[in-house]
Amino acid sequence: MKKIFSIALLLISTVILSCNSGDETTKETTNSTDATAAAGGQENVKDDVSEKDVVKVAMSSPDHTTLVAALKHAGLVSSLSNAGPFTVFAPTNEAFKKLPAGTVEDLMKDANKEKLVDVLQYHVFVSALQPDYFKDGQTLNMVNGDDLKVSVSNGNVTLNDKAHIIKSIPASNGIIYVIDEVLLPSPK
Amino acid sequence: MKKILFPILTLSAIILLSVSGCKPKNASNATEGDAASRVYVPPGKYDEFYNFVSGGFSGQISVYGIPSGRLFRIIPVFSKDPESGWGYTEETKPMLNTSRGEVPWDDQHHVELSQTNGEVDGRWLFANGNNTPRIARIDLKTFRTAEIIEIPNSSGNHSSPFITENTEYVVAGTRFSVPMDNQPQDVPIDTYKKNFKGTVSFLSVDPQSGTMKLAFQLLLPGVDFDLSHAGKGPSNGWFFFSCYNSEQAHTLLEVNASQRDKDFIMAVNWKKAEEYIKQGKGKIQNVKYAHNLYNDSTHTATSTIETKTLVLDARDFPDIVYLIPCPKSPHGCDVDPTGEYIVGSGKLAALIPVFSFAKLQKAIADKAFDGTYAGLPVLKYDAVLHGEVKKPGLGPLHTEFDGRGNAYTTMFISSEIVKWRLSDLKVIDRHPTYYSPGHLMIPGGDSRKPFGKYLIAYNKITKDRYLPTGPELCQAAQLFDISGDKMKLLSDYPSIGEPHYAQAIPASIISKNSQKIFDIQKNQNPYVTLGEKKSKVVRTGNRVDVYMTMIRSHFSPDNIEGIKVGDEVYFHLTNLEQDWDVPHGFAVRDAPTSELLVMPGETQTLKWVPDQVQIVPFYCTDFCSALHQEMQGYIRVSPKGSNVPISFSLGNNSDAPGEAAIEDSIKTE
Repeated sequence: MKKIFSIALLLISTVILSCNSGDETTKETTNSTDATAAAGGQENVKDDVSEKDVVKVAMSSPDHTTLVAALKHAGLVSSLSNAGPFTVFAPTNEAFKKLPAGTVEDLMKDANKEKLVDVLQYHVFVSALQPDYFKDGQTLNMVNGDDLKVSVSNGNVTLNDKAHIIKSIPASNGIIYVIDEVLLPSPK
Repeated sequence: MKKILFPILTLSAIILLSVSGCKPKNASNATEGDAASRVYVPPGKYDEFYNFVSGGFSGQISVYGIPSGRLFRIIPVFSKDPESGWGYTEETKPMLNTSRGEVPWDDQHHVELSQTNGEVDGRWLFANGNNTPRIARIDLKTFRTAEIIEIPNSSGNHSSPFITENTEYVVAGTRFSVPMDNQPQDVPIDTYKKNFKGTVSFLSVDPQSGTMKLAFQLLLPGVDFDLSHAGKGPSNGWFFFSCYNSEQAHTLLEVNASQRDKDFIMAVNWKKAEEYIKQGKGKIQNVKYAHNLYNDSTHTATSTIETKTLVLDARDFPDIVYLIPCPKSPHGCDVDPTGEYIVGSGKLAALIPVFSFAKLQKAIADKAFDGTYAGLPVLKYDAVLHGEVKKPGLGPLHTEFDGRGNAYTTMFISSEIVKWRLSDLKVIDRHPTYYSPGHLMIPGGDSRKPFGKYLIAYNKITKDRYLPTGPELCQAAQLFDISGDKMKLLSDYPSIGEPHYAQAIPASIISKNSQKIFDIQKNQNPYVTLGEKKSKVVRTGNRVDVYMTMIRSHFSPDNIEGIKVGDEVYFHLTNLEQDWDVPHGFAVRDAPTSELLVMPGETQTLKWVPDQVQIVPFYCTDFCSALHQEMQGYIRVSPKGSNVPISFSLGNNSDAPGEAAIEDSIKTE
């Protein structure tokens, strides 16, 4: 009888043990899946060999800290780390300062995130436009859906009759044009 | 003792019952945490779905089990496959023939399962060849390519091989517009607008045999046709094609083909086209295209060069083709299970337009036109529009449906899948993918009856997702559970070549019909050898036919003499086995072709031209039995002009080899 009792005990404990280990497996899987889901996109890929993408180029520029902070806040870093190809018009910190006082602070508020996304997407064109692709009178349909006007005079490119291209920086997934004004999409 | 034992066992039983408490209570409250168990198919158990995945630049199709992601098979389609002898054997060589001779590779983008009443029926799988315009049909009894037909007047067969809801037609649309086959070809490229034309082709499918026939082609303006889908239910009788490059650019399309605000979804009333054809309308054009059919009785393919096509110039038939404006270079062109909604995915658009079939009919009746494009009527965008999905994500590419009123769209640029409702066009869920998805797939997701349990995204970029394998990395499939409100990522796994579109079907629809062996009594191959006693070697001039059998574990004959350098030797191998899963292989040393892999009851032929005097071994490559390693033989190749007569044998071993033979060989040295 003792024997039967211990068999039963063994059976019971086996059941409990297998139940526990099942839970542990579940927990582990949860962790790894969560970690994956939280990993974001290609911006987290460890790669010190390839050329820098448009985001990494912007991040390495001391003149673009406002833009980078805005891209991060708007959740556009993953998209711009992907294959592209992109043309990014990158306003300098100085360009952001030209906006009416409080504009940037306002855009960075959570409630205005959609507006910030709209403004930033107005700075991105899908296709890597080499400098000599710009034509006078051209319109570019930007990622946010609005058109951008391109003027070319004596080799100088002006956007929406206001912003000037200061320089171009090639990146692995596109090209960055540093500009001296923030481009503002038509009011929605 | 019994008294005590009973309560103890009862207690055990209660605890045993409570084990169910370890499992999630039901599917709806299951978290991503149970992903491992959701994709785990225990040893010996079957997957719920077959998943047929295009192989892209591999030219082949891979077959996976879902949810496990286990790879079962790679079906050779457009590319030669030395593993099976596909394209190397005399029997399969004609399958890769074209009007220009053999084309041993293609870029295979989209697959489509045959349908009956708009539901997947598991009979055939159609596959497009994108580079050399071709459509293949795979027989899902044998999982082999049964037919390949070339498309004339076409280049870059991309918007293909989509079908109508009863598989009446499979379509093929040009990605590259080009001068038509009967027009001058030597023209300046910058005469694109004048000389380059597009076509969409309708190939009829025989409802019993599945055999395809080029029924008619619509002559269209020179644009790029991208993807397509047939109407279904109320919209059956119509076909929808996305097109980009309405700018008609012929250089730097990256910039020049995205100038216009809108390109088009082209709506084709194919039943109307049928009516015109019945009236004798359209023009017969002289063309050349190959039609290749594989016969499972003769185990042999034939290639026929066809010479006629029936062309309808869309401009001459104003009620066949209508253009629906669609923003920014549409890729996906997907019709929902009810047949009412047509979803265009403009890859550069900031929204997803959804068109209504009922509104399309009304707009046509009301003549709600917005001018013409290249002589074809353009409908007013708003007159056909059901609504727009606003801010869905970046780079919408392709949409499928779960049958519960929801649509799922891949976003290439923002690297995510977005779930939205067809009724109010609201985005209700989004999930990142790793990284940059092209197509996605739900079993039956483009039919009238989706099996909305799983979704698979096919990702173009994997970078750090798996252990690195040098510069060349795999692409990936990512499996989601879509049975609940939120998409749940279950697993990802590597894929073959570049997966574009894929299809899946409940396994039971196909597995019950899967063929196990070929009946050797019905083998009509002209070179079949029905039994070892009938094996022989026959010389006709410099052609030598070897009628050889294979059975566990020997070839008959396995000693052949009298072959001379420069002979054209045809090894006709018949596998005499009538037992499931016992193929035999056949490999000849230095043969500059491939092996043969011969299924039970089948005959396959390898051509070989020996180029030096040599003893040439041959052997079985597929581990067939305990004595597989004994399944081997020799061919004696003598010089050209030698008088060694043809002889062949099995089992006539020389006497007492032993020491004498060894001494002989030492003396010779």
